[in-house]
Amino acid sequence: MESLQTFAYIGASVLFIIGLQMLGRAETAKRGNRVSALGMLVALVATLYFEAGLDFTWILVGLVVGAAIGAVAARRVQMTGMPEMVALLNGSGGLASLLVGWAEYARADRIAPFPAFAIVLTVLIGGLAATGSIVAFLKLSGRMDGKPIQFAGQKTVNGAILAIGLLAGAVLVVDAILAAGLPGGVVIVAFAVVLAVALVLGVMAVLPIGGADMPIVVSLLNSYSGIAAAAAGFVIDNNVLVVAGSLVGASGLILTNIMCKAMNRSLANVLFGGFGATVTAGSAAVQGEVKPLTPDDAYYILEAASSVVVVPGYGMAVAQAQHAVKELADQLTKAGAEVRYAIHPVAGRMPGHMNVLLAEANVPYEQLVEPDDVNPTMEMVDVAIVIGANDVVNPAAKEDESSPLYGMPIIEVDRARTCFVLKRSMNPGFSGVDNSLFLKDNTRMIFGDAKATLTAMVAAFKEV
Amino acid sequence: MNPLLLFVFVLAIYLGVYLINKVPSQLHTPLMSGSNAISGITIVGAMIAAGHADGGPIVTVLGTLAVVAATINVVGGYLVTERMLGMFKTGKGN
Repeated sequence: MESLQTFAYIGASVLFIIGLQMLGRAETAKRGNRVSALGMLVALVATLYFEAGLDFTWILVGLVVGAAIGAVAARRVQMTGMPEMVALLNGSGGLASLLVGWAEYARADRIAPFPAFAIVLTVLIGGLAATGSIVAFLKLSGRMDGKPIQFAGQKTVNGAILAIGLLAGAVLVVDAILAAGLPGGVVIVAFAVVLAVALVLGVMAVLPIGGADMPIVVSLLNSYSGIAAAAAGFVIDNNVLVVAGSLVGASGLILTNIMCKAMNRSLANVLFGGFGATVTAGSAAVQGEVKPLTPDDAYYILEAASSVVVVPGYGMAVAQAQHAVKELADQLTKAGAEVRYAIHPVAGRMPGHMNVLLAEANVPYEQLVEPDDVNPTMEMVDVAIVIGANDVVNPAAKEDESSPLYGMPIIEVDRARTCFVLKRSMNPGFSGVDNSLFLKDNTRMIFGDAKATLTAMVAAFKEV
Repeated sequence: MNPLLLFVFVLAIYLGVYLINKVPSQLHTPLMSGSNAISGITIVGAMIAAGHADGGPIVTVLGTLAVVAATINVVGGYLVTERMLGMFKTGKGN
C-alpha cells in the first residue's frame, strides 16, 4: 500500500512539472493549469485512500469550508483586485504550512534532530509568507497606506528579531539531539518564540516596502510559500511536497529576479532600500514648460495618427480605465491607425498586472508588446499615450546619471513624435523623482481622471 | 529522514528554474497564481494532521485549520488562474 501511495505521489509530481511547463507558454497555459490541478487531485485522493488510520471527519469539514471560501473568492474577485487576491492566496498557503509544522510538532512525543530543524524552517518561512502576504494585501487593497514605513535602526531591529527566532529554533534542535533532554518549559517557550518571530517578521519585512515595489514582493512571497511547503515535506517525509514546493519556490525566485532586472535593482535594494522613502530631490532640476491639452484637441492629433502606442501603468488600474482604453483603441483602429500596447514588466502592482486588465477588456494579446520590441520603432510612432505610468517612462533613466532611476530599462516614449500623458496632476511617481518627460517639447499633458479623459476622446471620435 | 529527499529537493529546484526561465510577461500573473495553487500541496500534510486522532485535540484543531487554509489556496488558486487564462484571447476571433 505504501509503495502505491509513493507511486501516486510521483505521478502527481510529474503532473505538476508538466503543468508548470505548459503554464509558461501562451498556447498551452490553460491546459497546463488543468494538468497541474489534476496532479493536486491525484495527491489528494492518494492521501485519503492510502494513508493508514485516517479519520475523515475533520478532513472533510476542512475541505468543504476551504473549498467554499476559495471558490466564492475566486468567482467574486474583480480583475482590478487580482493583486490583493494573489497575496491572500499566498498567505493562506503559508499559513497552512505553518500549521502543518506546528501540528507535527504537537503530535510527536519525540522528534529526531532533522525533522525538528525542518519544523523550525517550516514555521519560520510559512509564518513569514502568511503575515507578509497579509500586510501586502492591506497595502494593495488600499486599507493601509502604500508608502514605505521606516524607522531608524529598522534593519538592526529586524536582524535582532530574526536572530532571536533562529536561537529559539536552535534550542528546539538541541533538544531533539539530546532526545528531549531539555526541560519541557524551556522547549515550549522556545517553540512559542519561533512562532511569534515567524509572524512578526512577515509584518516587519513588508512594512518598509512601497507600492511600486509590490510586484517584486508578491512574487517573492509566492516563492516563500513554496519553500515553506517543501520544508513541510521534509517534516512529514513526503516527496510530493518537496517536489511541488521547490518547483514553486524556484519559479517564484526566477520571477522575482525578472522583476528586479526590469527595475535595474538588486533584490537586497528592494527589500531593505525603501526606495520611495529615501530618495531626495538630488538630481538635476528639470527644465521646460508644461503644455496642457484638452481631450478634444487631442482628438485632432489622434485622428491623423497612423501608429499609436499605449503605455499603461498603475494609474490605469486605479481609474479602472482598461475598458475605456480598449474603446479608444477600437476607434483608432477604425480610423486606420495601428495600435499597440507597450507593457513594462513592473507596471502595476504585480507581475503581469497590466496584461490581466487589458485581457479583461478583450485586448488581443498579440497587440501587447514588450519594451525591447517597441523601443527600436519609437521614431515611427505618431502618438504614445501614457496612461497612469510614470517611472517606467522617465527619460532620466537614460539621461541623468545622478537620478536614482538611472539604468532602469524604460519605454522610450520621449522619442515618439508626440507623447500624451494622462495624469491627475504634476506629482512625481512612486520613486519621488521628477519626470522630465512631462516638460519635453513633444509632450502634451492631459490632466484629469484617465477614464473620463479617454471617454471624452472616444466621444470626440464618435461625433464625427 | 530519507536522505534521497534532499537529492529530490535539489533536482526540483533546478527544474523549477529551468522551466520558468523564458516566460512571456503576459503569463506572469497566471504563472504566479497557478504556481501558488501548487504550493497548496501542503494540503497533504494538513490532511494527515487533521485525520490522525492519536495526536489529541490540539493537533486535530491545527490540522483542520491547515486543511481549510490549504484548500482555500488550492481551490482559489486554480479557479482564479482558470478565469484569467480564459480572458486571454487572440485577435483571430474578431
